[in-house]
Amino acid sequence: MSLLRVQNLSARYGVSQALFDISLDLAEGQVLALLGRNGMGKTTTIKAICRMIMAKGVIEFAGQNVLRLPSYKVARLGVGLVPEGRRCFAPLTVAENLTAAARPGPWDMAAVGALFPRLAERQGQIAGSLSGGEQQMLAIARALMTNPRLLILDEATEGLAPLVRGEIWDAIRILKRDSGLSILVVDKSLRELSDIADNAVIIQRGTSVWHGPMGAVDSGVREQYLGV
Amino acid sequence: MSERSFNALVLLGLIAFPLWALWADEPFLITLATRAVILAIAGVGLNIALGLGGLVSLGHAAFFGLGGYAMGILASHAQMYDPIMTAPILIEGTKSMPVIWLVAIVVSGLAALAIGALSLRTSGVYFIMITLAFGQMFYYFAISWPAYGGEDGLSIYVRNGFPGLNTLVPIQFYGLTFAILLIALALHWQIARSPFGLALNAARQSSVRAQTVGIAPFRLRLIAFTISGMITGLAGALFADLNRFVSPTMFSWQLSGEIIVFVIIGGVARLFGPVVGAIVFIMLEHVLGGLSDYWHIYLGALLLGIVLFARGGIIGLIAGRGGHG
Repeated sequence: MSLLRVQNLSARYGVSQALFDISLDLAEGQVLALLGRNGMGKTTTIKAICRMIMAKGVIEFAGQNVLRLPSYKVARLGVGLVPEGRRCFAPLTVAENLTAAARPGPWDMAAVGALFPRLAERQGQIAGSLSGGEQQMLAIARALMTNPRLLILDEATEGLAPLVRGEIWDAIRILKRDSGLSILVVDKSLRELSDIADNAVIIQRGTSVWHGPMGAVDSGVREQYLGV
Repeated sequence: MSERSFNALVLLGLIAFPLWALWADEPFLITLATRAVILAIAGVGLNIALGLGGLVSLGHAAFFGLGGYAMGILASHAQMYDPIMTAPILIEGTKSMPVIWLVAIVVSGLAALAIGALSLRTSGVYFIMITLAFGQMFYYFAISWPAYGGEDGLSIYVRNGFPGLNTLVPIQFYGLTFAILLIALALHWQIARSPFGLALNAARQSSVRAQTVGIAPFRLRLIAFTISGMITGLAGALFADLNRFVSPTMFSWQLSGEIIVFVIIGGVARLFGPVVGAIVFIMLEHVLGGLSDYWHIYLGALLLGIVLFARGGIIGLIAGRGGHG
């Protein structure tokens, strides 16, 4: 059964239309990659799903229509967002960031600390003083603390050193393998995505133009839609 | 100096100064300290909304005044032996502080809940204006309500009682208000580190971001605003008891402004910010007020200096950053 179903989604920023016709389907326990060049509407699609911008069409999460729900209710239904650019609560400590978001469930301080030992070591540190990679880990950990059914990762490895990037990918792999969490992921690194994602959707100018198994994203598809 | 040791120093001062005044036989100075402590309690109340929640309320005098009038109305009926109402149930006035405090807290809490429920639908300048408008509504209502003195206010001849204490002895009343200040500070401290307070803090930083982790800003802010109003209302009841007098000026918007000034001078969101602010305010009022009627000019200059050069207030200046500013 599909956990997230988006159909004919359109959205605009003021007068300019950003999304025209997005459809995607994510089954429980699956990892779906959202692909597309810069400015094509990947982040806007995520913002629409998280109800941060108004949209038209169909957004169903776990069988429930969420198109008109306020953002926090969507989060409480089980959509955990790791926003682009990390966006931690900078003046709060690591532990405080996590506590502020915590909702009951298997993901607690201990579980999150086991996934990211670096965070466990820095519990008392102010989030704003963490390195970029650690802030990214904190953003993921914070989303996990809400005990989501769907984790949305928007450019989670952007602008990080290769080594740290590797750590983040490792954590995402562990999440997929051990927790069976459904994941919607946006990233530029096709190589890493290809061994994590089950399916992919490609967005071009605010329209979903291709969908299929990640393995079918071959050089032809890449050249046609992604320019790589 | 760390914020913690500075706070300890302030507490020590608040204990030592009145004891010294007692020894030096200066009851007026004890009363002055009591005034500072009560205003500090009002500030601690506002700091929960303003500091933790980022809610700039220019209407907190409404709660301060409601607390004051709760005391005034209950005590005036008690001193006239005239019940407040006889039907359907008999409600009599009282001269007992704990009862008055309870009424002040409940009444100002209900008012804060109602005002908050309406005002918190707005934000920024609109929130400031709508809270100001509510404050002014109470002010004009108090002025035009002749049953309780109207513009002239209400005088209470004898300070209300607290079991086991003689509240007319300045140092005993001071001790009582100081204990309440400690409780209010403990409450702020608890709230600031609780999941509720952290979520409130998160919502203050970014409402959108907070919502994406499932935090519902409106509800959190409403609860914070209500708690804030309750504490400020309790301070109002104490203030009325200190002066044995209640008047509509307790509802005035200048008073709302002064409470904000305490918080800003001391340090917004700092645990002891309003305490330091209220002490400085009373000191300036006492020292400069003796020199000139226009002492507010100097207060204005101080405020300007702090806003421009020391965003963390006096505590920020002394203890540096840190805390959850």
